[in-house]
Amino acid sequence: MKVTIDGFPIEVEAGTSILNAARLIGGDIVPPAMCYYSKLEGSGGKCRTCLVQVTKGSEKDPRPMPKLVASCRTTVMDGMEVKNITSPEVIEARKGVVEMLLINHPLDCPVCDQAGECHLQDLGYEHGAAKTRYEFDRRTFEKIDIGDKIQLHMTRCILCYRCVFTADQITDHRIHGILNRGDHSEISTYIQKAVDNDFSGNVIDVCPVGALTDKTFRFKNRVWFTKPVEAHRECENPKCCGKVTLWYKGEDVIRVTARKDEYGEAEEFICNTCRFDKKKTSDWVIEGPRKVSHKSVISSNHYDTLKPLPVVKTNPVLMEANKEQFERETRL
Amino acid sequence: MESLSNKKKQLTVKPLNFWERAYLPAIVSGLGITMKHFFKKPVTIQYPEQKREFSENYRGMHSLKRDENGAERCTACGLCALSCPAEAITMQAAERQKGEENLYREEKYAAVYEINMLRCIFCGLCEEACPKEAIYLDGDIVPSDYLRKDFIYGKDKLVEAPLNQ
Repeated sequence: MKVTIDGFPIEVEAGTSILNAARLIGGDIVPPAMCYYSKLEGSGGKCRTCLVQVTKGSEKDPRPMPKLVASCRTTVMDGMEVKNITSPEVIEARKGVVEMLLINHPLDCPVCDQAGECHLQDLGYEHGAAKTRYEFDRRTFEKIDIGDKIQLHMTRCILCYRCVFTADQITDHRIHGILNRGDHSEISTYIQKAVDNDFSGNVIDVCPVGALTDKTFRFKNRVWFTKPVEAHRECENPKCCGKVTLWYKGEDVIRVTARKDEYGEAEEFICNTCRFDKKKTSDWVIEGPRKVSHKSVISSNHYDTLKPLPVVKTNPVLMEANKEQFERETRL
Repeated sequence: MESLSNKKKQLTVKPLNFWERAYLPAIVSGLGITMKHFFKKPVTIQYPEQKREFSENYRGMHSLKRDENGAERCTACGLCALSCPAEAITMQAAERQKGEENLYREEKYAAVYEINMLRCIFCGLCEEACPKEAIYLDGDIVPSDYLRKDFIYGKDKLVEAPLNQ
């Protein structure tokens, strides 16, 4: 099937969604997605950030679609023409969607551990307005403890359902879900501290915001002060691939995450042993530094040479004299 | 060689006359200028004892602010350290415990906050980056000291004094 997105034609198989067709083309024309996750079946259709305009339905029926459609849930038709960033209507609608998502978001980015790699932050930066028009109290929830490894911040949740699909499809039983409905819906477990499945840590990676974060990394450091390094290990768990990104601060691994692709999706899921228990360099085979986009805040202040060249050439006489002076001054 | 610009001037040094060669009149007139300054207002001030008024946008020593209830505003978000071109700021965050709500404004706070005053160039970018209005360069001139390690200012020197003191 031939589909044209923002003027770029591509041949795709029947049943492909517009979003996936756009991802095959790549570049700026890929609609952003907050709830769709290509590795999770049934995800998508919740957040409405991927709205696009279909200007020509198909070759047989060339009428445009009357409303903007969610590109993650709409399959392509032969001869379909889609407008994403070339349509001012889509840009305007996306701005509205971002505002809607941020209505109940607490905007506590300075506190949040996800800041710097948060999709909602990026989306708000690219599409949102600088000021909020909302004047009422944001929703609040009673804090619940869902386990010793994962921290839940319900106020930050955008109800994308990704973690629910992850628990359904990656782990063997799901014990958390969305309770209540409408404005009151919340991610929760009925029994506190209940999330203990071996693959439960993946909900941290799939969460597009900071609602589910790593408790072992909580407030340890900001993402942009750490250095991501690709590594792997032979994991005993057959379902775990063992390929991860280690986040270094100095010589210490302070966080382990799955490797994420350009759309922020985990390439392969990892088990909780790899994620939470293996935090020594000796546990891993280091592959090399992770490539970070120069637009990302994570790439700031990272230099190519790990050890800067000495300003003064090593001179043993001078070093000895400096040491003596330093000791004398400390005594004083 | 002929000058390219034609702006060259030939200088002539006139020989000194008798009064100029006598040396004393020149000394007396020079002393006269010195004496005249005894009765003028001095242009310099005795710095540590006297201080000039700072201009309104003067950037001096940093101070970490407290909010209207006396709680520390800084939440250790790291944006000041990120924006710092001299990499003078470091910090360590900690989680606020129960009962510390009057000490720290947010659930995360800076347990350690250090500024290396020797590295700092007083550009004020940290002030601009701060989302919590917690850091301002509204202090005095950073005093001199003898040891390098004493220029690393911790929270004891940076945090504003509590309100009721």
